[in-house]
Amino acid sequence: MIAYLGRRLIQSALILLGVSVITFALLYLLPADPVRQIAGRSATPETVENIRRQLGLDQPFVVQYWRYLANLLHGDLGRSYIQRSEVTQLIVSRLPASLLLMAGSIACELLIGLTMGLVAAVKRGTATDNSLMLASFVGVSAPQFVVGLLLLYVFAVRLGWFPIGGYGTWRHLVLPALTMGVLGAGWYARMMRSSMIDVLRQDYVRTARAKGLARGVVLFRHALPNAILPIVAMVGIDIGIFMGGIVVVESVFGWPGIGQLAWQAIQRVDIPIIMGVTLVSAFAIVLGNLIADIVAPFIDPRIKLR
Amino acid sequence: MRRFLTSTVAAAALALAFGLSSAARADDTIDPNAKNGGAITITYKDDVATLDPAIGYDWQNWSMIKSLFDGLMDYKPGTAELVPDLAESYDISPDGKTFTFKLRHGVKFHNGREMTADDVKYSLDRVTNPKTQSPGAGFFSSIKGYDDQAAGKTESLAGVTVVDPYTVKFELVRPDATFLHVMAINFSHVVPKEEVEKYGADFGKHPVGTGAYKLAEWTLGQRIVFEKNKDYWHKGLPHLDKITFEIGQEPIVALLRLQKGEIDVPGDGIPPAKFQEVMKDPEQKARVVEGGQLQTGYVTMNVTMKPFDNVKVRQAVNMAINKERVVQLINNRAVPANQPLPPSMPGYAKDYKGYPHDPAKAKELLAEAGYPDGFETQLYVMNTDPNPRIAQAIQQDLAAIGIKASIQALAQANVIAAGGDKNGAPMIWSGGMAWIADFPDPSNFYGPILGCAGAVPGGWNWSWYCNKDLDKKAAEADSITDPAKQEERYKMWSDIYLKIMDDAPWAPVFNEQRFTMKSARMGGADALYVDPVHIPINYDNVYVKDVQ
Repeated sequence: MIAYLGRRLIQSALILLGVSVITFALLYLLPADPVRQIAGRSATPETVENIRRQLGLDQPFVVQYWRYLANLLHGDLGRSYIQRSEVTQLIVSRLPASLLLMAGSIACELLIGLTMGLVAAVKRGTATDNSLMLASFVGVSAPQFVVGLLLLYVFAVRLGWFPIGGYGTWRHLVLPALTMGVLGAGWYARMMRSSMIDVLRQDYVRTARAKGLARGVVLFRHALPNAILPIVAMVGIDIGIFMGGIVVVESVFGWPGIGQLAWQAIQRVDIPIIMGVTLVSAFAIVLGNLIADIVAPFIDPRIKLR
Repeated sequence: MRRFLTSTVAAAALALAFGLSSAARADDTIDPNAKNGGAITITYKDDVATLDPAIGYDWQNWSMIKSLFDGLMDYKPGTAELVPDLAESYDISPDGKTFTFKLRHGVKFHNGREMTADDVKYSLDRVTNPKTQSPGAGFFSSIKGYDDQAAGKTESLAGVTVVDPYTVKFELVRPDATFLHVMAINFSHVVPKEEVEKYGADFGKHPVGTGAYKLAEWTLGQRIVFEKNKDYWHKGLPHLDKITFEIGQEPIVALLRLQKGEIDVPGDGIPPAKFQEVMKDPEQKARVVEGGQLQTGYVTMNVTMKPFDNVKVRQAVNMAINKERVVQLINNRAVPANQPLPPSMPGYAKDYKGYPHDPAKAKELLAEAGYPDGFETQLYVMNTDPNPRIAQAIQQDLAAIGIKASIQALAQANVIAAGGDKNGAPMIWSGGMAWIADFPDPSNFYGPILGCAGAVPGGWNWSWYCNKDLDKKAAEADSITDPAKQEERYKMWSDIYLKIMDDAPWAPVFNEQRFTMKSARMGGADALYVDPVHIPINYDNVYVKDVQ
């Protein structure tokens, strides 16, 4: 177990290093010149060159990357080119909002997805099953931008149940969490359905039924816990999908998380922020996968860590 | 020496001398109907980058900085007329190379300390110091000692002298007719040394100035709150107690919230997709204020690349583009342009007709240039709506005279990079990156975008047009500092731009109009909502009608 953990940690560190090299290189190769974005239109060529020197952007790639890495190891992600604030500070101030959205959307996707999967499995082969699976298919394929605007229009503008974007109360959280959750719910509905059907075929379920237990008791006490466990272990892997989604959803709902920060930084070629958010997201994904892998054998003894 | 005081008599003299219609800022800019108190909410999509006047240089923080800080000069609210601000009066020496400003007494920074001439000097030393990395440093290049400062040899501008605590003198290396405008742009706004030193690189997040409002709260990525500066030197302003800027709101969401009465001004304007819907609804249309802006949208032609090195080809392109149709394409949010300067800029040639839309004549010109069957080229454009659609319209117009232009739709930064490369882009549609004047003076449309100084790698003169004759004429025009000769100077600039049109390095297409939408409770003259220097609105002078 310890050896496994050690190996995985080293692998994780290497993945993060690789992500940092690739992202840094891609940004370096961009034809866009960040210095001219900073300097603006009226800057003279001397001003532009001065800013380039001050930021060390006149140095070769290897020197620039090495400097970045050295600072990174000291926990310093540098200063934003445009906002001139420390990237660490910008990310830390926005992280709580993204984590809250993540918690909200995981709750949404589990609640909706597992319920749909459960009902579909129990009503297997009926019209209910078919329509639920069709709904999950739509949920998986619908672009989040469209889902977000649709929910916003119906529930905030037309019905006025929720605020139109923003941040602060639980009411602000519902629509963005739902938008993020719809995608995951589709996946979970399908996995839950097949997992449940699988469990319902097991001998112990048949035994429980044969004992004359009520249908609800069989379903909720004997079948459900066993069907759910392997699925819950997958939540850690969801973080990757989640990190991809927040850029769009946070922008639509004006949610002040790191996805919105990344989107603005990309538009303005604010390299330190793009690097910072990419690394933080990569870290979250690596961590999520690691936790999912470590937790799995505790939930399902058939899985062994090697 | 001419001295302009802000007393009534001298103000009248100033008005006469500059051709202004009314007196200086001191007392007459307060709307007698204005109510005091209340709070408004403004939304923005993007984070506010910085509120440091030496650094902030986007249209979003530009106006916010103007409300937190003051400069020696300013503009009369809602107009482009220069008036003294922190300066009470100023002298210009007969040779136009020495400017002496007398400062107002008793002006206090938000931290309670009085502002003096030392602060003015410190602020200019700071903005020109390369370590500050100010994008506006180049505006001060006419001040003596600028070159040493820019090269990092000095830490103080030799040409700025503190005569006494209320007098500051500027010596210039050349007469500079735009110098009073330079003293009004944000980069020259006055900052207190102790606060800058206290916060260092984070001063932009903790701004302390002399302005009408002070920063009360800044929650990163969410909200910025301005609170009325009760000790503001300009008595009676500002009218509002509080302004809340909500950050991260998509323009379309902002519009919905405005319709529900939750916010007062959507800072990013009316989203293009909703424009017609808003303008068709009389109730909503009544709350839209339209005004001009100091902006021109144009197609650049790289005069160093074949076949655009031939003036006839460039003139043919000017005649090929159907500007009326392009304007219709963006729902008439602009007016067709025929010259580089926008109509509201002094020096605009009202009687100039420009190149007519005449495809037949354009074809003839192409044939004369040796391209009877046209040629293939590339049109670079920024990839956000409506720019690709505009480029397609231009593409069709060019195809009609035989020019096959392929469209290169790229991210803004990539188009800018291609324009700054001599062999990069044959043609660029400027939309989304078009020139907006830094200050309302005709010279501001020349240097970086049409003069030789900008025709360098990484420069903004994307047509690479460099006419040494015109450079000389431009320098001559800008050396006329005598206000009595202002009209003569404008005429010189007018001639320069018409000569440029003969050479046709650009095809001017339109001048965008500004449309600001506001809530029903907002009060104040319409001009305050399309103020040429305050975008979207003039925060200091607007008020709300629903307070007691």
